[in-house]
Amino acid sequence: MIYSYYPGCTLKDRAKEMDKYARASAAALGIELREIPEWQCCGAVYPQASDEIASRLSAVRALMNTEEGKLVTMCSACHHVIKRTNYDWNRDADFRMKATNYMKPEVPYDGSTQVLHFLEVIRDEIGFEELKKKVVNPLTGRKIGAFYGCMVLRPGKELAFDDPENPQIIEDFIRALGAEPVKYPYRNECCGAYVALENKNCAETQVDRALNSAIANGCEELITACPLCMYNLVENATRHKLPVRYFTELLAEALGVKEG
Amino acid sequence: MENHVQMLTETALRISGVNPQKCMKCGKCSGTCPSYDAMEYHPHQFVAMVEKGQIEKLMESDSIYMCLSCMACVERCPRGVEPGKLVEAVRLMKIRQQDQNRKNGNDIAAFADENVPQQLLMAAMRKYRK
Amino acid sequence: MQKIGVFVCWCGSNIAGTVDVEAVSEAMKSVPGVVYSANYQYMCSAAGQKLIADAIHEHHLDGIVVASCSPRMHENTFRKTAEAAGLNPYMVEIANIREQCSWIHKDKEEGTAKAIVLARTAVAKLLHNKPLQAGTSAVTKRALVIGGGIAGIQTALDVADAGYEVDIVEQRPTIGGRMAQLDKTFPTLDCSACILTPKMVEASQNEKINIISYAKVEKVDGFVGNFKATIRKKARFVDETKCTGCSLCMSKCPSKKGKDEFNMEMNNRPAIYIPFAQAIPNVAVIDPEQCLKLKTGKCGLCEKVCTAGAINYKQQDELIEREYGAIVVATGFKPIDPSPLNEYGYADNADVITSLELERLMNAAGPTKGTLLRPSDLQHPHEIVFIQCVGSRCDENTKRGKPYCSKICCMYTAKHAMLIRDKYPDTKVHVFYIDVRTPGKNFDEFYRRAVEQYGVDYIKGMVGKVAKEGDKLMVRGSDLINNQQVEIAADLVVLATAIEPDPTARSIGTMLTASMDTNDFFTEAHAKLRPVESPTAGIFLSGVAQGPKDVPETVAQASAAAAKVIGLLAKDHLVTNPCVAYSNELLCNGCSQCEKVCPYGAITYIEKEVRGPGVREVRRIAQVNPAVCQGCGACTVTCPSGAMDLKGFANKQIMAEVDAICL
Repeated sequence: MIYSYYPGCTLKDRAKEMDKYARASAAALGIELREIPEWQCCGAVYPQASDEIASRLSAVRALMNTEEGKLVTMCSACHHVIKRTNYDWNRDADFRMKATNYMKPEVPYDGSTQVLHFLEVIRDEIGFEELKKKVVNPLTGRKIGAFYGCMVLRPGKELAFDDPENPQIIEDFIRALGAEPVKYPYRNECCGAYVALENKNCAETQVDRALNSAIANGCEELITACPLCMYNLVENATRHKLPVRYFTELLAEALGVKEG
Repeated sequence: MENHVQMLTETALRISGVNPQKCMKCGKCSGTCPSYDAMEYHPHQFVAMVEKGQIEKLMESDSIYMCLSCMACVERCPRGVEPGKLVEAVRLMKIRQQDQNRKNGNDIAAFADENVPQQLLMAAMRKYRK
Repeated sequence: MQKIGVFVCWCGSNIAGTVDVEAVSEAMKSVPGVVYSANYQYMCSAAGQKLIADAIHEHHLDGIVVASCSPRMHENTFRKTAEAAGLNPYMVEIANIREQCSWIHKDKEEGTAKAIVLARTAVAKLLHNKPLQAGTSAVTKRALVIGGGIAGIQTALDVADAGYEVDIVEQRPTIGGRMAQLDKTFPTLDCSACILTPKMVEASQNEKINIISYAKVEKVDGFVGNFKATIRKKARFVDETKCTGCSLCMSKCPSKKGKDEFNMEMNNRPAIYIPFAQAIPNVAVIDPEQCLKLKTGKCGLCEKVCTAGAINYKQQDELIEREYGAIVVATGFKPIDPSPLNEYGYADNADVITSLELERLMNAAGPTKGTLLRPSDLQHPHEIVFIQCVGSRCDENTKRGKPYCSKICCMYTAKHAMLIRDKYPDTKVHVFYIDVRTPGKNFDEFYRRAVEQYGVDYIKGMVGKVAKEGDKLMVRGSDLINNQQVEIAADLVVLATAIEPDPTARSIGTMLTASMDTNDFFTEAHAKLRPVESPTAGIFLSGVAQGPKDVPETVAQASAAAAKVIGLLAKDHLVTNPCVAYSNELLCNGCSQCEKVCPYGAITYIEKEVRGPGVREVRRIAQVNPAVCQGCGACTVTCPSGAMDLKGFANKQIMAEVDAICL
């Protein structure tokens, strides 16, 4: 099975390992992630105002360049921006018209691309039961918490990723890899996001609360799908600390493709 | 002057898609806001103040840069008011004005170090400047 | 040519303000068939009706058009006027120039022009009217009450008191409903069981009342006065006539993993059980999902210990068929499941509970014997947070709950807060609220007492997150009055969850063809003037099935419904609506389309010899039971051969109306 793949900027640099492990794991799972040509930065944040057209164009280009019909994303932020832009495309005629007029593509985008987070591919296309069968190195005994953050979950109506108030996809993922998922209440709250740049305090408060909650509930390590959550959880952790990994690293480890 | 405020208000409501009249003033948004203490004006106040013609006070407040865009208020609002979208609209109306960037590109680039992810810098570019 | 009179009503300024009534009555004079036209201030008044009667006599009218308000309002009035003046009442047509014209128009010229069209249309139809004779049908003098909560019990008691037989069909093994689960009732704080159980006993001892518990109504046919219901009485594996309710079986039953429904599943019960001590009937029931004997064939302990020999593992469901004149829907409510709103943490924390669960935790017969202990560790909570409006008052597009106010939560939360502060003065109690709604006798005084006398801390604001931290529940919310975000370390969090109709309501509504709103509450025939009747004749509404209400309101409505039932059952015969469908035998091709669309089951097919010009053969043709037909017209528009028609609303009449509009 071949999927179009949008890695995003951070995965080409600070989060290289997330990309590396994703590709290795995908191969082990028998799927190919085919990077789409000439992709551009998604913009990192979804522009919420309806008259922001230009800031959504790179996402439209990615959607348009998806040859395989299904576009796989890895980074929560890229997923968020591209998924919501696709949602807009199929519902907001004004945006569709303005974007098309600006880009003047040979063939206008028909809105048919399906945006899938790699976790969704695993859940909906491969299935956790299948994944379980491919695990060669079960992570038995490890107590792992999921840090969902905001971007993959909200707004639930548009992302349609999982129940935004009680998500379980990453817990199911952890379980499939042989480890013990640990639920804690702050797993779907904000890490402090981009405000960390000028308001470290806010990020520290958020991260402190999340880590405290994770540790109190028995987490020994965390996984995330978001490089920004990763940054905050590691760099802005003051009082409490936990090892944090990308979910793809955990996957690669369980599939036995982490080294090499 | 009144016309100016009216125009700002109308624009904010149009581009955010927020209808303040749907608000039942329950305060759920401010109860769930992770950035509450960093804000001078809180999410429910954005809704109330825009409705009452006080959008300029919001535009002049640092509160517009404190919103984390976490969308907790958008998700949890029982009336579908979605205050976070209004905060974003007010912020855009501020930085879309001439010379009203909170930070320029160089300021943001200066934050780059070996750990800061590209995503964070890019987000700042979008949130603080036009 | 018929002689028609037109009577244009001003309705004070309601119509005359936007419609030139003089011009309308003048214009009608030139409409073919109209021999008399007049206008008057209030046509429905005694003087107005006399004006009509006089004109009928003086001008020998064959039919009249009254251009006035909606026919729902006064069609009956004018039919009676006409009948008293010697006209057939079905020779009356109403042109609705109020709701459909004056009230929705602002421009008088436009309003007048439209009123003329509407009146002309009514004349066009009337020219094709034929006198109709209403028939009669007998009334079965027995009522069916669906639901045995306080609403159903009260209705049944009142109907029985008037001397009529009543069957209560209750889906659970006992009657009593939600009220039986409550600890105390507001605003008097009397014990719920103390006032309910005597009524339950009264119902069970009343000769006219027959309680069919652990049962459901499976099928209802017929029509007002003549319903026929099939009731499935589920096998309880215990002979009701033998069981003495001694409860010995309960203590011996080795399977104890059943969830105690009566205690909101907060503790376990045996596979054989009596829901609560005062249950009516006080008879055990076996849960077949839990019973070892029924599941594995091994055990049979209860049979051995039962001295009355009441246990019967082979008992089967029983079908009861019975006829009724009236049916009362008293299906009640349940609290919503707050799990999807998991920012409150209900799905993850034992100590986040609903208000109904709290009722059981405070009740002497509850899982903690009335001592308030939190579920997780059975410790006494010292700081309690109540959250109001959980899943109520939500915009429907958000999918975060119900669009309506659940009405009872403000008061029961004040009650809970007050009772806790009274019994456990060392406990801090906070209530997050959006508005405190207390319209009711002595209600606001009650709420103020909670604040002023009992020191309950009311916080204007909503909660954003409840998160477990150690053995505390951190409740973060807004305090709008103090312009603060607050965080309270609570031991127990109580959610005032919205209430919704019982899950069975929708299927019962469909079965009875009783209309419901989008929230599955039963719709009343008129929101103000006929609040306890369904628009479907013979179906009456009692209690929360119609909309959220508290105990006193439920009882009042239950008695009101009973009064309506008694009014119906007191009649020996009912006048039937003559505006029913009929099939033209010569045109009917026996296709059965009409039978399929008829919502009332009024159409059957018969083999009949059809005689007409050049025709004499036996054919399969549709036949309408005029007693069952409600005149909805679904068959007339479905019939491909035009054989079905509706008396009073014939195709010819409708077409004449359309033509008159298009003139």
